[in-house]
Amino acid sequence: MFSLSDSPLDPKKLEKHLHAAEAGAFVSFQGWVRNHNDGKDVIRLEYEAYQDLALKEGQRIMEEATEKFDLIDALCVHRIGKLEIGDIAVWVGVSSAHRDTAFSASRFIIDEIKKRVPIWKKEHYDSGDSGWVNCET
Amino acid sequence: MKEVRIRYFALLREQCGKEKEVRKTESGTAGDLYDELQKLYGFSLDQERLWVAVNHEIVSWSHVLDDDDEVVFIPPVAGG
Repeated sequence: MFSLSDSPLDPKKLEKHLHAAEAGAFVSFQGWVRNHNDGKDVIRLEYEAYQDLALKEGQRIMEEATEKFDLIDALCVHRIGKLEIGDIAVWVGVSSAHRDTAFSASRFIIDEIKKRVPIWKKEHYDSGDSGWVNCET
Repeated sequence: MKEVRIRYFALLREQCGKEKEVRKTESGTAGDLYDELQKLYGFSLDQERLWVAVNHEIVSWSHVLDDDDEVVFIPPVAGG
């Protein structure tokens, strides 16, 4: 399941959703807000999403991962709104019978989310400037 | 003449100053519509940098628009 959240993510709560007796492995990934990008000092950022399509495409990715890696369950929540340095921007968790597929699936999910989901990031810099990532001309 | 509903996000939203609009257009395809709007609003991103969605599905720029379609131009994504 893929969802968006405009409030801080709670990893312990999210992890609980994936507990299953038949799972021998659980792997999670957290994306954190970093204080630098492309040589610039980032002081905070904002995420914006085209929600209808983000939820659709995010859900497609989770289903693809579940099938491709034979997962027991998979969960991803992505933040929208204003974030500070160190905040969790995205949480991915997967459970499966064995660790090999759990590692591969979590990698697949975050990679696909970064490529395909209509979410945009605006960085605010120490210099006072701001910019939408990947949108430079 | 068709009437389409357009939603703007991120950089495009900032550059045209609106989140959405209903627009009557002679443009036949999604690509034609973006050309029209880029001329009007001065969008800095060219078509080849963007994706386009109609009614919440990504389509090609040659997709022919229908009356009442919801069109969203998608700037380069940066989630995750």
